[in-house]
Amino acid sequence: MTHSLFVNGRLHSVDTDGDAPLLWVLRDHLRLTGTKYGCGKAQCGACTVHADGQPVRSCSLSLADAATSRIETIEGAAGPEAEALTAAWVARGVPQCGFCQSGQLMSALALLRANSAPTDADIDAAMSGNLCRCATYNRIRAGIHDAAAALGDRS
Amino acid sequence: MTDTPPSDTPKRRFRLTRRRMILGSGLVGGALVVGYTAMNPMQVGGALLTAGGPDFDPGPFGPYIRIDADGGVAIVNPQQEMGQGIHAALAAMIAEELDADWDTVRVVDARVNFAAYGPQMTAGSHAVAYHWDKLRKTGAAARSMFVDAAALRWQVPRRLITVQNGVVSHPQSNRSASFAELLTDAARHAPPREPVLKRPEEFRLIGTDRVRRKDCGPKSTGRQVYTQDIQRPDMLVAMVAHSPRFGGMLKRFDDRDARRIKGVVDVFAIETGVAVLAQDTLAARRGRDALRIEWDDSAAERRSSPELTAWYRDIAVGRAVIDATSFETRGDIEQPQTGDRFETTIDFPYLAHAPMEPLDCVAQVRGWDVDIWSGSHLATLDQVQAALTARTIPGRVKLHVLPAGGSFGRRGLMSCDYLVECVRIARRTGHRPVKLMWTREDEMTGGYYRPMVHHQASIVLGADGLPSDWRHRIVAQRLIPVGDNPQNSEGVAGSPYFAAANTLDCRIASPELPVSVSFWRSVGHSHTAMAMEHIVDQLARRARRDPAEYRRALYQKAGATGRLRVLEALCTRAGWGKPLEDGWARGMALHDCFGTIVGQVAEVRLDSGRLVVRRVVAVVDCGIAVSPDQVAAQMEGGIGFGLSAALHGAITLKDGVVQEDNFDSYAPVRMDEMPLVETHILPSTRPPTGMGEPGVPPIAPAVANALFALTGTPTRSLPFGRQA
Amino acid sequence: MKLRRPRLSCLSIAMILFALIILIVAILLRPLTLPKPEALSAAFAPVVVAPLKPVSAFNAIVDPAARSVALFQEAGRVIRHPRCMNCHPRTDRPTQTDAMRPHMPAVARGPDGAGDPHLRCATCHNDANFTGRDVPGNPQWLLALIEQAWQGRSLGETCRQLFDPARSYITRAELLEHMANDALVGWAWHPGGDRPPAPGTQAQFGALIAAWRETDARWPA
Repeated sequence: MTHSLFVNGRLHSVDTDGDAPLLWVLRDHLRLTGTKYGCGKAQCGACTVHADGQPVRSCSLSLADAATSRIETIEGAAGPEAEALTAAWVARGVPQCGFCQSGQLMSALALLRANSAPTDADIDAAMSGNLCRCATYNRIRAGIHDAAAALGDRS
Repeated sequence: MTDTPPSDTPKRRFRLTRRRMILGSGLVGGALVVGYTAMNPMQVGGALLTAGGPDFDPGPFGPYIRIDADGGVAIVNPQQEMGQGIHAALAAMIAEELDADWDTVRVVDARVNFAAYGPQMTAGSHAVAYHWDKLRKTGAAARSMFVDAAALRWQVPRRLITVQNGVVSHPQSNRSASFAELLTDAARHAPPREPVLKRPEEFRLIGTDRVRRKDCGPKSTGRQVYTQDIQRPDMLVAMVAHSPRFGGMLKRFDDRDARRIKGVVDVFAIETGVAVLAQDTLAARRGRDALRIEWDDSAAERRSSPELTAWYRDIAVGRAVIDATSFETRGDIEQPQTGDRFETTIDFPYLAHAPMEPLDCVAQVRGWDVDIWSGSHLATLDQVQAALTARTIPGRVKLHVLPAGGSFGRRGLMSCDYLVECVRIARRTGHRPVKLMWTREDEMTGGYYRPMVHHQASIVLGADGLPSDWRHRIVAQRLIPVGDNPQNSEGVAGSPYFAAANTLDCRIASPELPVSVSFWRSVGHSHTAMAMEHIVDQLARRARRDPAEYRRALYQKAGATGRLRVLEALCTRAGWGKPLEDGWARGMALHDCFGTIVGQVAEVRLDSGRLVVRRVVAVVDCGIAVSPDQVAAQMEGGIGFGLSAALHGAITLKDGVVQEDNFDSYAPVRMDEMPLVETHILPSTRPPTGMGEPGVPPIAPAVANALFALTGTPTRSLPFGRQA
Repeated sequence: MKLRRPRLSCLSIAMILFALIILIVAILLRPLTLPKPEALSAAFAPVVVAPLKPVSAFNAIVDPAARSVALFQEAGRVIRHPRCMNCHPRTDRPTQTDAMRPHMPAVARGPDGAGDPHLRCATCHNDANFTGRDVPGNPQWLLALIEQAWQGRSLGETCRQLFDPARSYITRAELLEHMANDALVGWAWHPGGDRPPAPGTQAQFGALIAAWRETDARWPA
């Protein structure tokens, strides 16, 4: 069955069943492999994307549900917050193995868009759904603060 | 990191010349031997492992350095980059001696090639130490060739020529030329026999904060390609149903329902289970879920974790008899212990590695030719295993090493289980490439764990309060099939805490059971550090002495000057002995492994039964810190990894079936549980030692010792708060 | 990860030897026969639903107060079930699984019971159980108010709390509606995956609660 899916500002037509997790549609059909498979049950956050601006775990969202939303993946992440986060990640040397970082960045991006000056507690709450086995958490937290500060300076 | 590997130019035999010997890899270890030694085992190995494959042209500056026509410097990383930052440290060694412009240096991953790079094995935190002289000589030799070229072109003495940031200059005549301008000339010069290396005080790059990772860009934008992301034309995706019990064998299976799933292409039995091949990952998963399988559990492990723990305890005290090996003996060990004995035991569970990227591999088998894309650690071994599985010769195996999404040892198996499994499947697809995907559940229940371990110690303190008689038993499965299980006694063997002991009797027993075990970040140290460091705090309390002061006395007795230096810095940096707020306590642990000494002090509180670790102060002596930033990163990562295991980590069996299969039941530390980490690197001029693992072992005992200070109750099993 | 690091030459010789040994072993063990597919009967593990006694089963109890208490105790098997209790936590963090361990990852109820503003329940929980297996879902996925916490309380305490206007935030009519008809409560009987559902059916449960109210709503001590 064919579904229309709006991803990163483009309309895609996907021929698979509506029960398919969005994650596999993104990865195997649309070849958007920046979104990672890490656990398959919304435990690790490596597959985080945005649906209508809200962070969601694409491994646990069906294509049929996703088809009603605007989906944004790491490949389409743009705007001042995304740029500030990427710059902070590079400057801080946040990633180690890097596998979880797409998901970390998408969660951080949603946080920064909703809250331009997050506290440590806000960051802990927003990011506790994202695992990092390399334990880059302290640098992630610092990176989010850096990005928020950079955005604050700019505006 | 996504660059293509160095070009393979066919039709040129690999001949060993002097140029290759020096710029190559110093294949003969420390000594750069000029000439051809027919019996050199590296050459024999290189010939065996590359025979039949395309010839490899290392280029004028050897296999590690490629300089483009525009002067761009690419440095080849022969190791697995799985997050530990090794690519930056190795590249910095070359760039330092080459005086290349670090900001523009690129790092590319090497394809497996024994003749060029020797054994490519990333293990034992050894890469920095192993490459230290070799890669610097490579860089210095190439630099010397540029100096020669400039000296000839400008007709000036070599010694008046300087190189900085990729620019060769003769300051007196105000002439300078870039690497690009001198490239053709330099390539014609022979490398020096014995390249002159910089003294540590001359380093401009090594040891500075400029040595940062080179892969943060792609890893912060989703562009980094991992094995999971590989797409090949006509590729199939495979999943395998494995036995739920270790040692279980496939008895019967029914594939009718699986084959009805849209997208499923084939189903067949392989040595490790039932493989389902499909057009995409989801179809493979659904196909596998639809299989009906009967397993033969007659040889399978059916016990549960409490039974195994009880058995291990029985082995330690001799109630259950299996052969044990002594690894430390001193004095009259037949004599029973007399005096005030301190006895303790500690139990450790199985631990899964759980890297963020579940196991995966892409393979294509076309007759004699095998292509593999994988985050290989023991790449040379993987190459051999793939060749054996595909019934070809290693030279025909092209192993494209990709950065792994974590590994922590899981991808570094001698048996290369997932890679061999992938090649087995790829042999049966009629030349189509196969991506083998393990689910998170497959990875966590699939074995190759850090083994379950039991430590038992019985210690008598002498009149000076120091241990005078120490009897120690370790029970742990072997990690490799031969030998006396030294990987599980490392960290106890040769401990400085034995310095005052007249009688010493340490033995290790290695029970055999079907649960597979393997190397897990820091290997034996992951439990021996906990055992020794927690015992020492309990002994200190028994002797009514401060843990730091007690350690100092033992280190002085043992002549452990490295540990003493770390201990002093640790006490200062952590404010040891200074009061903390009510409810908080400090705990200390020091351990050395893989040549690196790490001390950590953890600040801990019990918040209505929940353990909170707020801050960890760490001091490290790793020789020259090539990349201080990455040393700190590995300390943070090691603490997070070790703390995950200490707080929550346990793989348990019930009727032989693993009970933890995903991150909800096998929970790593998340952001809210991660302590602040302060890393202090001791200045040193000693050659560098590794940092990938040494941050892990001290955190569990540091927390246990803080808890002991807080409650007076010692920890008898990990994870904290759970009875083994 | 630590491989003993002998001199390099030994390492390579060892590796070649190792490869040769494997080769020999592989050849020796080669004629391994693998099973071929065959027809097997489907071994479905049926979903076991614990039954709930119907209202009529309590008709024999003559004393109305005792009957009321008995009815509530039967309904209590649902109220005390992990499918219900997990979302009536005593803290800001819900629990999970039959063991009722803290929710992984750590989440908080937030101002409206649907999650912290920065980590909403809907980040993971959708309108329906996903793939029937992993992540449960319902359009109204929500935590009970902290005043409606059931965990750590006896059935009697739970009952008193239900009728304490200061703590219940719900009228008796609303309570019946919640128990008998609320779709989120109904999820407890259709939890998906290998999660055992609450006993009986929501209709039976509603009937027990209704009958209990009609018998003056007595509660156990």
